[in-house]
Amino acid sequence: MAVMTMIQAITQALDLELARDEKVLLFGEDVGQSGGVFRATDGLQKKYGDQRVFDTPLAESGIAGLATGLGLQGFRPIAEIQFFGFVFEAMDEIAGQAARMRYRSGGRYTCPVVYRAPFGGGVKTPELHADSLEGILMQTPGLKVVIPSNPYDAKGLLISAIRDNDPVFFLEHMKLYRSFKQEVPEEAYTIPLGKANVVREGKDVTIVTYGAMVNTAVQAAETWAKTRGITAEVIDLRTISPIDIETIASSVKKTHRAVVLQEAQRTSGVAAEIVAQINEQAMFYLEAPILRITAPDTVFPYAQIEDEWLPTQTRVIEGLEKVLSM
Amino acid sequence: MAFEIGETAVKRHRHIGLTDQDVMNIYENMLLARVLDERMWLLNRAGKLPFVVSGQGQEGAQAAAAYALDKQRDVILPYYRDLAMVLAFGETPLDILLANFGRANDLSSGGRQMPGHFSARRHRIFSQSSPVTTQLPHAAGIALAARMRGEDLVTYVSFGEGSSNQGDFHEACNFAGVHKLPVIFFCENNHYAISVPLHKQIGSKYVADRAAGYGFPGIVVDGNDVLSVYAHMKDAVERALRGEGPTLIEALTYRLHPHSSDDDDRSYRSKEEVEAARARDALVTFRRYMIDEGVLTEQEEKDLRNRLTQDVDRAIEEAERSPLPAPESALNHVYADGK
Ligand SMILES: Cc1ncc(C[n+]2csc(CCOP(=O)(O)OP(=O)(O)O)c2C)c(N)n1
Ligand SMILES: [Mg+2]
Repeated sequence: MAVMTMIQAITQALDLELARDEKVLLFGEDVGQSGGVFRATDGLQKKYGDQRVFDTPLAESGIAGLATGLGLQGFRPIAEIQFFGFVFEAMDEIAGQAARMRYRSGGRYTCPVVYRAPFGGGVKTPELHADSLEGILMQTPGLKVVIPSNPYDAKGLLISAIRDNDPVFFLEHMKLYRSFKQEVPEEAYTIPLGKANVVREGKDVTIVTYGAMVNTAVQAAETWAKTRGITAEVIDLRTISPIDIETIASSVKKTHRAVVLQEAQRTSGVAAEIVAQINEQAMFYLEAPILRITAPDTVFPYAQIEDEWLPTQTRVIEGLEKVLSM
Repeated sequence: MAFEIGETAVKRHRHIGLTDQDVMNIYENMLLARVLDERMWLLNRAGKLPFVVSGQGQEGAQAAAAYALDKQRDVILPYYRDLAMVLAFGETPLDILLANFGRANDLSSGGRQMPGHFSARRHRIFSQSSPVTTQLPHAAGIALAARMRGEDLVTYVSFGEGSSNQGDFHEACNFAGVHKLPVIFFCENNHYAISVPLHKQIGSKYVADRAAGYGFPGIVVDGNDVLSVYAHMKDAVERALRGEGPTLIEALTYRLHPHSSDDDDRSYRSKEEVEAARARDALVTFRRYMIDEGVLTEQEEKDLRNRLTQDVDRAIEEAERSPLPAPESALNHVYADGK
């Protein structure tokens, strides 16, 4: 099996799907000739031609709307938003148009579009490049939202997203692009959307998280196990919309305690939603209130300060101690 | 314009009302921007500045445009390559460096803003943000506010040609056109938007062609021709002040460096192309013009360059010595009543 980074796994997923289905198209700013600002689409225009892999003008609303039109006509467009923060420019086309097309037409029209965008903190990029805005997408009925935490998942989830018949937003955490490698099969495989993954088993507390925070959670859990002999179960959501509440609830029923860890700001968003759903599904199993570990409610800060702003392993361990002591 | 390239009987700059001192001022502005920009690029390569975006190659157009504006009266909304423009409007190399080093005493934001996203309240320089073109509708709003307050001023807003494809460009131009607002839309067409070349960005030959659709003039000018840019800008300023509305000026330029310190331009343009552009660089051609016209000697130019370099080096030392913002200050300025 090949060992690859997340960016390589993503490129390979795109490559395999372009090869498999000629309805798959790939476009966005700088994705063609240059191969993308993170090189995610490197070599794909050469291989599949500039009809199927192409550079667009600098206009996100146009990119997303184009994808909708192509999707309505039976294509499977993969539209890149160069940085997730620029999704605001395209928000109506995504949330107001593509995501509602199926419902609005009573199922007569569908938009099997994938939007890909890099995001996430810890790599010293400024606001609107680094922001975790997934909570906004999550509030969009009709749109699925996928956030992989490692190369293997990225490939399988991206292939599923491309084959899915609804619009899917696929978010790629920049810190994960090249920070570690993993064994990834060369061939195509899928990982189901909407299913969480228990990445570490434990019996004392459940940590629910996603994206780059999965690594932080696992490290915290390992440190904690070593120093305190207490085990935390770590759930990687993989898909934040829809949320796999079954997996979360069954873990919480076992551990009776939960923390939800996210890089995004505190208010609303993924963590708040998970707390609400745990309360609905497993309230009477809880022995402590559920704790959220998040960034503070400010704009994404500046590079010099982001490491203190983002949740750290230390803060996760403090959170675990807190729910354990309650 | 009332002059032609190559006129020699009378110095070309005199034709457009510029004295020898004026062109010296413009050149000094360009050169300071270049020296500072070169230093910042080196600081990035040395690992001291995490991110740099360069305006090298575009200083001539910017300095000329700036010279046609009134620094005490007018308002600017520059984009990230407009280093020469903001220096002309009163920012110092130290101001720029404190911002790029993200220091607490940075004039624009206390170390918060993205490098190259200039702003300075005291100089009436309004802040850009990362999503390109968002400053254009702001310019329309600022111009409207000035009109409502009865202030006669010009609002300058700049952007790249790629950015002219955002809806914000069209919406801002349209509003400014409808209301004949005194806005100058200054497009620095450096022929690439990161890797994507002009012909894949726009279907027409020029961005300026679009102005007709909004009911105001669109002018294409060689951005390396400092005097020509100045003359067109001056016309646009006068038009604006006469209440005749906006002008779109498209300065044809070239970016000599990669898009940013994170970009590698070898995947989308040839070395030869960049070299050819270096020969047309206004820093080279305008310097030659000044020397040919006897406005500047080789020695004076050298002395000027040395002086500016020393100034910049001193500013670098001071910026590096300045303290970073306190981590807890990240929580400030979310709301008015916040700490
Ligand atoms: C809304 C938005 N989309 C994408 C980007 C990423 N981006 C930054 S600069 C740039 C190219 C800008 O090209 P142009 O307008 O020609 O200006 P230039 O950089 O060439 O001066 C792109 C795509 C962005 N900053 N904002
Ligand atoms: Mg450009």
